[in-house]
Amino acid sequence: MTIQTEVKELHAPGHRACPGCGCAIAVKLILRETGPNTIVVSPTGCLETFTSPFRGSSWEVPWIHSLFENAPAIATGVLAGLNSKGNVDGTKVVAIGGDGGTYDIGMGALSGMFERKDDILYICYDNEAYMNTGIQGSSATPLGAGTTTTPVVGDSFGKMVSKKDLLAIALAHDVPYVGTASIANPADLKKKVRKGMDNPGPAFILMLSPCNLGWGFEPEDTVELARKAISTGLFPIVEFENGRLVSAQKIKPVPVEEYLKPQKRYQHLYKKENFNEVLKAIQEKADRNIEKYDLAKDRN
Amino acid sequence: MKGKTAILEGSRAVAEAVRACRPDVISVYPITPQTHILEDLARFVSSGKLKSQFVRADSEFSAASIVYGASAAGARAYTASASQGLLLMNEVIYAMASTRLPVVLTAVNRAISAPITIQPDHQDTMSLRDTGALQIHVESMQEAYDAHVQSFRIAEDPDVQLPLMVCMDGWVISHSYEPVTVFPDEAVAEFAGSFTPVQKLDPSNPLTYGAYADQDVLMEYRYAMMIAQEKAKDKIRSVTKEYREVFGNFDGDLLDTHCTEEAEVVLVAMGSMVSTIRAAVDELRSEGRKVGLIKVRTFRPFPRDEIIAACGKAPVVAVLDKSLSVNSGGILATEVKSAFYGGSSQPVIVPFIAGLGGKEVNRRVIKEIVDIASRAAEKQGAQETVWMGLDRSFFS
Repeated sequence: MTIQTEVKELHAPGHRACPGCGCAIAVKLILRETGPNTIVVSPTGCLETFTSPFRGSSWEVPWIHSLFENAPAIATGVLAGLNSKGNVDGTKVVAIGGDGGTYDIGMGALSGMFERKDDILYICYDNEAYMNTGIQGSSATPLGAGTTTTPVVGDSFGKMVSKKDLLAIALAHDVPYVGTASIANPADLKKKVRKGMDNPGPAFILMLSPCNLGWGFEPEDTVELARKAISTGLFPIVEFENGRLVSAQKIKPVPVEEYLKPQKRYQHLYKKENFNEVLKAIQEKADRNIEKYDLAKDRN
Repeated sequence: MKGKTAILEGSRAVAEAVRACRPDVISVYPITPQTHILEDLARFVSSGKLKSQFVRADSEFSAASIVYGASAAGARAYTASASQGLLLMNEVIYAMASTRLPVVLTAVNRAISAPITIQPDHQDTMSLRDTGALQIHVESMQEAYDAHVQSFRIAEDPDVQLPLMVCMDGWVISHSYEPVTVFPDEAVAEFAGSFTPVQKLDPSNPLTYGAYADQDVLMEYRYAMMIAQEKAKDKIRSVTKEYREVFGNFDGDLLDTHCTEEAEVVLVAMGSMVSTIRAAVDELRSEGRKVGLIKVRTFRPFPRDEIIAACGKAPVVAVLDKSLSVNSGGILATEVKSAFYGGSSQPVIVPFIAGLGGKEVNRRVIKEIVDIASRAAEKQGAQETVWMGLDRSFFS
């Protein structure tokens, strides 16, 4: 049993996130671990919108939002500013951005931050589409998911191509600490935030962040869906240090159907016979992950 | 104070000034013709002559964002760019100005594509005209040095708190050599002082930067910048005055004039072209022609009242533009006309497009402009924009 010691949430309640928002749960957990000696940077997106209404900020740490595509560069600048004065208090810089700001429009800046080896923890809450603007597809939208710009019409089955492998991109930059985390496993999430903070140089944590509005499920199922993403093998919980896999959370694999079926964005895949191929491809993706990271629990 | 005069490249003069002002953070991305400045600064930092955080960026967008973050963290921050790079920074500069982050930026003026060219004109900085950043245009390498030494104090003043762009023509100033008097680093550093931010990102006093606002305060933010730019006029005057007192022989204000007394034609221009105009004006004066010159030094804040006063009773004002608002005309000319509108004196204002894309503007061209402007005075009403050196055979 762990004893809750925090008396004050650094991400204060009363913000404007939708009920059941996966990102809001995550940010509370993240800040519990970072503590107050942290400057948080966010790009434009859901997080920025629901936390920062003018005169109503829910941030109890210094927080800066500038634009959509520059959070990694703003973070670098904040760090350089701190370092120019010696950063005697050891203040940490953490960036938290959505998939639009990370996978897509902020990709160049993120690559620059990785390559310079700036000592910043970058956390991507990946809700797999542009949710803030109304559920448009991003390069993080997975194969088969319907969004307003990957619509399900006729033979179109939603996103026609697979999502970008951001983990591999981070690893290709020799980012010394790279991991995935989930609100379904808060202890692991916090442990990884701690490791990312303590690691000298850049750290990257990818966090699947269920969005009940964008994915189409009931708000009370957010954590359950995050859990199903893991147990199907679609979102493996892994950790790399200096490019080497150091941990992978074991699972007792369940069919991807258990994750896909409760979500409206995948409903069409079960309504048309010729979409079976898509379901097969998604299952194969999960199977490949299970094999790649040896996720399945030993049977003995 | 006695300085050291040496033959310096314009970019080197800028780098000397920036080094002495000791920015905490420098972030840069290469683009011709700005690169020599950042190369000099990189060497200063690597050799220990300058103790700045020197951050390579992956784009101008990131370079501007890095100095943005640094400034928000309370650091004195500097960057430089040109042309397409400034356009890529545009979105960042808007937010930077409205967030009131006093970054100093050297804008090495270069035309905008297409067609791609590396020749100088003012289209790049004009595209950032409405950001809220201050814009000071310089005429020479010496002025480039002087303006940079003055820049941080102006930008960082609590009444101003706005980014400041020192605009200098590519090649003509950035890559040419002439005698420049440089003052001891210690004296410059003392003059430039250090940055004491009104507020910053600080865990002991956690503030939210870049909040979501809607209709509540955006207009108020913009209005606040209008006030700050007006206050910047006083600050620029006081800093240049103090510079003159400390270092001597600096001649600069919101604008400078040459031979405007009883002038019948006053030419208005910015940047390196002003030197050519001055030489032409001197020649014309020696021939008995009553011609004068107004050099607009600060395009933002725009010296409306000062221009009207400097034009005096001149019946004709010719404005030379190295930038264009398509289907409107030269941008400086539009601003000058706007300054006179509704006033008691209304000279005939003749707009000229001269030097766009680096097209040559020499003394002969200036004299032609004076002739055209003089003739134009006979025609009342709005004047057509005159395009100097336009190759009409291109369209046949």
